[in-house]
Amino acid sequence: MATYLSFQIILTFSPLFSLFSTLQSSVFHFSQRFTTAVPESCMLILLGLVLGAVVLIASKKQPYQLDPGLFFLFLLPTIVGDAGYFMPARLFFDNLGAILMYAVVGTLWNAFCTGFCLYGVKMAGVIVNAGLMDFLLFGALISAVDPVAVIAVFEEVHVNETLFIIVFGESLLNDAVTVVLYKVYISFVEVGPGNVYTADYFKGIASFLIVSIGGTLVGLIFAIILAFVTRFTKNVRIIEPLFIFLLVYLAYLTAELFSLSAILSMTFCGIGCNKYVEANISQKSRTTVKYTMKTLASIAETIIFIFLGISAVDKSKWAWDTGLVVSTLIFILVFRAVGVAGQTWFLNWFRLVPLEKIDQVVMSYGGLRGAVAFALVVLLDKEHVKAKDYFVATTIVVVFFTVMFQGLTIKPLVKWLKVPRSTNRKPTINEEIHERAFDHILTAVEDIAGLNGYHHWRDKWEQFDKNYLSKLLLRKSVYHKSELWEAYQKINIRDAISVIDQGGNVLTSARLSLPSMASRTSFPEVTNVTNYLRENGSGVCLDLQVIDTVPGAKIEEDLETHHVLVENLYKPRRQYQSHYSRHFMTVGEKERQDREVFQRNMHNRLESFKSTRYKRHKKDRNPVVVPMAPEEDKHDPPEPDKDDDVGITFVARKAPETPKERPKSAALDGCQSPVAAPPSPTCGEKNLPWKSGMGSLPPCVSVEATKIIPIDLQQAWDQSISSLESLASPPEPQHPRVSAVSSLGGPVWTPAKGKSGAGSGSNTGSPSSLQFKFPTGKEDEEEGTLSQRQQEMQALMSSLRQPPPPATQSAGKRRNPCVYLRSLVTVPPSGAEPQSRKPTQL
Amino acid sequence: MGSRASSLLREEDIEEIKKETGFSHSQITRLYSRFHSLDKGENGALSREDFQRIPELAINPLGDRIINAFFPEGTNKKYTAREDQVNFRGFMRTLAHFRPVEDNEKNKDLTSGEPLNSRTNKLHFAFQLYDLDRDDKISRDELLQVLRMMVGVNISDEQLGSIADRTIQEADTNGDMCISFSEFTKVLEKVDVEQKMSIRFLH
Repeated sequence: MATYLSFQIILTFSPLFSLFSTLQSSVFHFSQRFTTAVPESCMLILLGLVLGAVVLIASKKQPYQLDPGLFFLFLLPTIVGDAGYFMPARLFFDNLGAILMYAVVGTLWNAFCTGFCLYGVKMAGVIVNAGLMDFLLFGALISAVDPVAVIAVFEEVHVNETLFIIVFGESLLNDAVTVVLYKVYISFVEVGPGNVYTADYFKGIASFLIVSIGGTLVGLIFAIILAFVTRFTKNVRIIEPLFIFLLVYLAYLTAELFSLSAILSMTFCGIGCNKYVEANISQKSRTTVKYTMKTLASIAETIIFIFLGISAVDKSKWAWDTGLVVSTLIFILVFRAVGVAGQTWFLNWFRLVPLEKIDQVVMSYGGLRGAVAFALVVLLDKEHVKAKDYFVATTIVVVFFTVMFQGLTIKPLVKWLKVPRSTNRKPTINEEIHERAFDHILTAVEDIAGLNGYHHWRDKWEQFDKNYLSKLLLRKSVYHKSELWEAYQKINIRDAISVIDQGGNVLTSARLSLPSMASRTSFPEVTNVTNYLRENGSGVCLDLQVIDTVPGAKIEEDLETHHVLVENLYKPRRQYQSHYSRHFMTVGEKERQDREVFQRNMHNRLESFKSTRYKRHKKDRNPVVVPMAPEEDKHDPPEPDKDDDVGITFVARKAPETPKERPKSAALDGCQSPVAAPPSPTCGEKNLPWKSGMGSLPPCVSVEATKIIPIDLQQAWDQSISSLESLASPPEPQHPRVSAVSSLGGPVWTPAKGKSGAGSGSNTGSPSSLQFKFPTGKEDEEEGTLSQRQQEMQALMSSLRQPPPPATQSAGKRRNPCVYLRSLVTVPPSGAEPQSRKPTQL
Repeated sequence: MGSRASSLLREEDIEEIKKETGFSHSQITRLYSRFHSLDKGENGALSREDFQRIPELAINPLGDRIINAFFPEGTNKKYTAREDQVNFRGFMRTLAHFRPVEDNEKNKDLTSGEPLNSRTNKLHFAFQLYDLDRDDKISRDELLQVLRMMVGVNISDEQLGSIADRTIQEADTNGDMCISFSEFTKVLEKVDVEQKMSIRFLH
């Protein structure tokens, strides 16, 4: 009931909160100095206090407070999930020793010292009367550094990564210690201190091991399951993010169910699965996961802090004891500092980079307490813990003090101490390469020096990961990609975005290589197809494999491609027909555009087939000169993108279609030879909806256009290529009608059902493989080379696929040119090529 | 020098090595026993084969390059007995590149020349791995070779070439399509080389 109520409250309040947050940010916008000085968490707590006061005045009592059930079930997991999933794994494991030390030893030290000292103060008679166990219990819950508070405060401080990861990691991993201590003490308190035997202490230690190791294991198991699941979500991209959220959350719930450390479980699930999941899922899912997680986490954080503020107003829940409050504050500060100093001294014996004095100061000062402590103290049973109200009050004060006072002052402190800040810089390709080399060097040197040090084990782990784990958990296509190549692509994509943001001038003029170009795996191949096409003058070479042998004048190619890419990206398309489907996202503006380019190319290709066929009749072996469509908009400066928080925004421009009209006629004339295109069809075709659609596009697009075939269309491209391929090889025993039609030799074909773009998802059910026999091995073979992006689009592609024309007719129509086309590339043995021949052999 | 095969380490040698490399006494003796166990020929010097016998190096992508780095070009009688051998002094000298920079060394005035584990020396060690012909420049080919060692076979030459091109373009400031040592240093200036090129030798 309570949960339900609070849930309802949250529901009613959330719009309010978001309104407040919006107000907040708009107010803050005016006063930059104010926001940089005051952390958001402080503001939120203050806001909560105000809200609480308002409610209290209005209704005379305080019905709302941070409900522990709600907190542990919904609010905390969102934050921990975000923290775990986006944990920088390398950094985390580099510092794992230190993190574990602070999390386990540090927390134990804090808990015991605070508990015993409070008991000592009580013996002196200054503070409220409670048993030793009560104080130890209180010490345990008050001593754990809180992940929510640490994230909230440290994210704004930007200390260097090592420092951040140590404090942050500690706050996550100390959960196991807190949970165990809390539960053990609770049970001790419940049975009464007199009934606790020595064996129970050992049980406590054992339960610590079980809780922590068990939690970690549960997390890792879920990580493996999750990674394994995402390996097979190729066709259901839309639910990938859902899987991730569900399984990570399930890791939390399962651990909670078995009374293991839920935070530990979720953290390790996140860390463990991240590498594989990120590689398996699509770019879009990645973005979705990222923003959803971040949004949920910040919502949860906002709610937590506001509720902390609201809960503090409720006077009936707490009882004030100055002695307890003051001594607790002093103890936690002192013991934190002493603990950090002692542990760091010990750790520095083993650390490659010792932790400096200033690091220690920041670490002790950054030991923030937060909502976890509050939720735990609220959970106490007043029946057994008589001093609960005092503890609640003290906890609130401690939380407020650490979050508000320390959170407020830590920034100036960091500045004053000149703690090295993090630079928040993305690595360059040089750094990527050389740092990899460094790793190899260090591993080798450790091996030579006979030290089984960190690098030795890391290398061992990487071997294991590569040989077994990745093989099991990664998609085949991803597994075969190199990390270095991935990094290269990432950098390129980043550059591409910045290039487009800056209007494309900066990098191009610097003659840097073209970001957008190779940013996707299959681009090099596509470019090469282009090269090949250009060299041969017609769309003959349909084989992607051959192409690798063709050297490309890469740089110029890149420049051109880039240019074309940039300007083409900006071309707006109208007539957006939106349709709704829950499981397939509507194709965005970009895909739409790509589709049209694709169609244009296919049309172009057909045209050139026709003309080549004609040439052949004339025994002219020279490649057809493909007239270049004039590109008047080529020199349009790309519009700079002002919006800097989103990636690429496509800016619509006026009158996009008009320039296309002009080249049409000229190009048509140049391309269509009298024989290839018999007189009648042209006008007849014009009337067909399909043809008229085509007519608005230049039939012969410059070769550059072929380059901008997006990855997403690669598959369709490939399929049509292979379908043409298979047509090229001598047909199977033909259906009588086919031969009849083909003997007509002409214009009979009425392809498909309307322009496929405007067209319909109704064609989805007819993959061209049914119609054209292409080698079955081809798909698998391609899997390795095709980029992941193209696969991800597969589901969306169905409507994009060129609806295969009724096999009979189009086969008849197209067969001849293709047969000839083959002979252009390699003069085939005059006899029939075997049907099974793969296109790769072309 | 090779004649003093398998002799135990003498105190004055240790002192000298200590001065040169900055290793502590116990580290030197520990590493000497390792050196000794690697030295299958028992002649007080390691040959390439001795290094190649280390199983982990065989699977290290840069293993051979690193072995090469132990055999400096200019034969200094102090470090190498023969062209293709390295004695303990040379061995320690190379390893000293990877000693972490300690606090007291940061402030020490560099009267006795730059210590082996300085940032520049660490970088130079890495640089040499690329620079096969030792002309103080990493050419595209040299870079490609190293890249090829580091990536699997699944990357096409084309792809690798574009990575190499990009890498060079990014680092190259004078337009000679090579990475000189100064360019190499510059491009890595934001990297914490002191940390990333150090290992912890047991005390």
